Amino acid sequence: MKHRLQFAGKKLIRMALLLLGVSLAAFLLVNASPLDPLQTNVGQAALGSMSQEQIENLKAYWGTDTPPVQRYLSWLGGILQGDMGTSLLYRQPVAQVIGQRLASSFWLMAFAWVLSGILGLLLGMAAGMNRGKWPDKLIRGYCLTISSTPVFWLALLLLIIFSVWLGIFPIGLSVPIGMESGSITFADRIQHAVLPALTLSITGVANIALHTREKMIDILDSDYILFARARGESNRSILWRHCLRNVALPAITLQFASISEIIGGSVLVEQVFSYPGLGQAAVTAGLGSDLPLLLGITVVTAAMVFGGNLAADLLYGAVDPKIRKGASRK
Amino acid sequence: MNHHWNNRRSAVFLVCITGLLLAAVTAAGIILSGQAMETDFTQKNLTPSLSHLFGTDWMGRDMLSRTLTGLSMSIRIGALTAAVSSILALILGTAAATLGRKVDAVISWCIDLCMGIPHILLVMLISLACGKGFLGVVAGVSLSHWPSLARVIRSEVLQLRQAPYIQAAEKLGVSRLNIAKRHILIHLLPQFLTGLILQFPHAVLHEASITFLGFGLSPEQPAIGVILSESMRYLTTGKWWLALFPGLALVLVVILFAITGEHLRRLLNPANVHQ
Amino acid sequence: MNPILEVEHLSISFTQYQTGMRQRELQVVHDLSLTIEAGSIVAVVGSSGSGKSLLAHGILGILPYNAHMAGMIRYQGKPLDPQLAGHLRGTEIVLVPQGVAYLDPLMKIGAQIRKGKKDKTALTRCRNVLNRYGLGPETENLYPFELSGGMARRVLISTAAVESPKLIVADEPTPGLDAAAAKRILTHFRELADDGAGVLLITHDLELALSVADRVTVIYAGETIENAAVTDFNNGKIYHPYTKALWNALPQNGFVPISGTQPYPGEIVSGCLFAPRCPDRTKDCQEKNIPYSPVGAGYVRCLNAKKGGIV
Repeated sequence: MKHRLQFAGKKLIRMALLLLGVSLAAFLLVNASPLDPLQTNVGQAALGSMSQEQIENLKAYWGTDTPPVQRYLSWLGGILQGDMGTSLLYRQPVAQVIGQRLASSFWLMAFAWVLSGILGLLLGMAAGMNRGKWPDKLIRGYCLTISSTPVFWLALLLLIIFSVWLGIFPIGLSVPIGMESGSITFADRIQHAVLPALTLSITGVANIALHTREKMIDILDSDYILFARARGESNRSILWRHCLRNVALPAITLQFASISEIIGGSVLVEQVFSYPGLGQAAVTAGLGSDLPLLLGITVVTAAMVFGGNLAADLLYGAVDPKIRKGASRK
Repeated sequence: MNHHWNNRRSAVFLVCITGLLLAAVTAAGIILSGQAMETDFTQKNLTPSLSHLFGTDWMGRDMLSRTLTGLSMSIRIGALTAAVSSILALILGTAAATLGRKVDAVISWCIDLCMGIPHILLVMLISLACGKGFLGVVAGVSLSHWPSLARVIRSEVLQLRQAPYIQAAEKLGVSRLNIAKRHILIHLLPQFLTGLILQFPHAVLHEASITFLGFGLSPEQPAIGVILSESMRYLTTGKWWLALFPGLALVLVVILFAITGEHLRRLLNPANVHQ
Repeated sequence: MNPILEVEHLSISFTQYQTGMRQRELQVVHDLSLTIEAGSIVAVVGSSGSGKSLLAHGILGILPYNAHMAGMIRYQGKPLDPQLAGHLRGTEIVLVPQGVAYLDPLMKIGAQIRKGKKDKTALTRCRNVLNRYGLGPETENLYPFELSGGMARRVLISTAAVESPKLIVADEPTPGLDAAAAKRILTHFRELADDGAGVLLITHDLELALSVADRVTVIYAGETIENAAVTDFNNGKIYHPYTKALWNALPQNGFVPISGTQPYPGEIVSGCLFAPRCPDRTKDCQEKNIPYSPVGAGYVRCLNAKKGGIV
């Protein structure tokens, strides 16, 4: 137990350092940008007609008059006190914007994450069991096609089919952006989330299915499956008692490590469906040079990715008897 | 033996076909780039027909020319970024494995850092830093794709350095540079080549995505990402062809490259000779 | 005596796919015949690649899907077709495999011995069988990687003994154990045979086979070449030159090595497969089909053994 805590502690420190690095890297990148936030957000023409004083005020608001080192340090100081700064575009505290957006993205991503995990596991097992036969070829073909398809184009296709042609789901933007979150009904939310979640699930399947297939083939060729057959265990029992047990651990680990991909996918999917989530906010912040919001989103999503990796590591240790018992004995 | 040869022949065949096709698309795109920008308001919003296979858009531009020009651009950017990021991965991976513990720690930390930021967000940030546009896309995609290949190359080199014949060469006083040239690089070549080719589909997809989001190529250029982003405004009015064909063409190019890369990988992996 | 298992002219081949639709048959086992009576141990001795593990898998009906089996296997007088094999394996016909790799690495020993059953009889039977082999109840909660070599072997025997087997197929049950530990494991097979089961002991180690078995069958390149009682070995009543060579290669018999290698599966050799390595080969050996014929109380596949009439 002590060993595991030490392990987790070390990982946490490393994670904190990486997050610090992430924030610095993101800050330097945005700061290096030759794009002038004033020109992007206010416009050349408007700037021309403003008085010097007004421009100075704007410069102060967008922070372009403060030296970069000072800006970063004050941002970092704020973070340590739990203040992520104020979003320049939304004119709200960054923490609040991220909180709202994350809440609406979370269910989308969680649904897609779980569904693609389960579906990918099952498809991978089915492909591995039928190696070389048509179900395997079909599943592999599907995975190849999906991993070669841009997520946003798939989203567009689903939008054309389900919203424009069949009219089953709303075309994005039909939840008024200014609407108070309280006045949107739960059914509304679900209806708007179905297509984005479906898109993310369809794409998320490929990676895990292919990995599970490889692992499944290894397992089916293993001595312990041969012995299970020799002991008269039925195919069903072999599949659920032995294969699933051995294939699930790497699959779950992989799924935890794939959080980065699902966040990346959500950025694109939310843009297509005008879904008011974290990904859309990231794009808005990026296009509008909203430094505090962009920094905040980068750090929060990176924390989610590192958290996923950490969870995968810890889970492996907790579930795999070799690591669990091996560590406790030392 | 026979089987091996045939596998090799089919892979070579596939590489040639892919190369030819990509070259053809690239050339067609360059030739048609003028036509792709040509507006003709008498030919607005035409559904696909024989004279306009992919239809026309709201400014009467031929979508086939636009798609080919966009693909041509994607392929060129994909090739460039895949090459840059693979070389970067080769250099950093080898450096991490050979230049001592401190360098290894720093590079490994950078790899973890880059892999921690969701990929599309990282490309966005780098592209912003370079002021978007062509430079932004190329920098964004090539500077964000090296970590996983670098990790593979690092562990490969670490393994190679433990190999008895390399240790023997070191003991015999063969210079480090010579060892690197004569033994290590030769062994890395297959890994590197497949890595390079498998980078390509990712690079193309990320280029399209980042352009689609507005962080890439400028809206005046007929890039696939731009075409698809513009098509969104017209989808609700039933102009499905604006999105369907350009996207489909992109998917086909990427699949072709993914299959070729997969064949090459299998071919260059000695463990798979018997399959 | 009533034979529990009779194998006659068993052959096993594999369909291999080559480029595209071309395929070829690779014959690995050519002609195996043997008989096991209830209460006795028959050892099958052969070097690696001789097809002895395939024999075990063939009897159990667990050959891979691209394998083809011909010849006849009878279990208690009835043809052991795939259906009957499927019905009997794991209950009346059991396998004792080579090592710990044959246990599910993520499942506790107890659950594996009980095949997942959790009822009271299964629990007691499991506990009893572990006890019989000197393993405490705590073994049930161990994972395969926690077992020592000797423990693993006893657990594997437990998986067989927990059923009420009539035929036990043991495929190299002792590799990696020192002589004393191996002997101890083999006495467990003797006990099972004394309880009335027939035991097929597959091994590459002639010395070990002689120490526990009643009869020894020697396999060479997928053919049974000699069947003899253990006592025949000591009395010099073995006739096939390969068997003799194996016997002479034992430490106490002079440690004489055999030169050459056995032909690979798919290599085309006419006549006696051992002829290229045989000191006494004649022209006939390389041309004629050599029958597996009774000599004395056993069987030999050698022209010279018959011609010489050494009985």
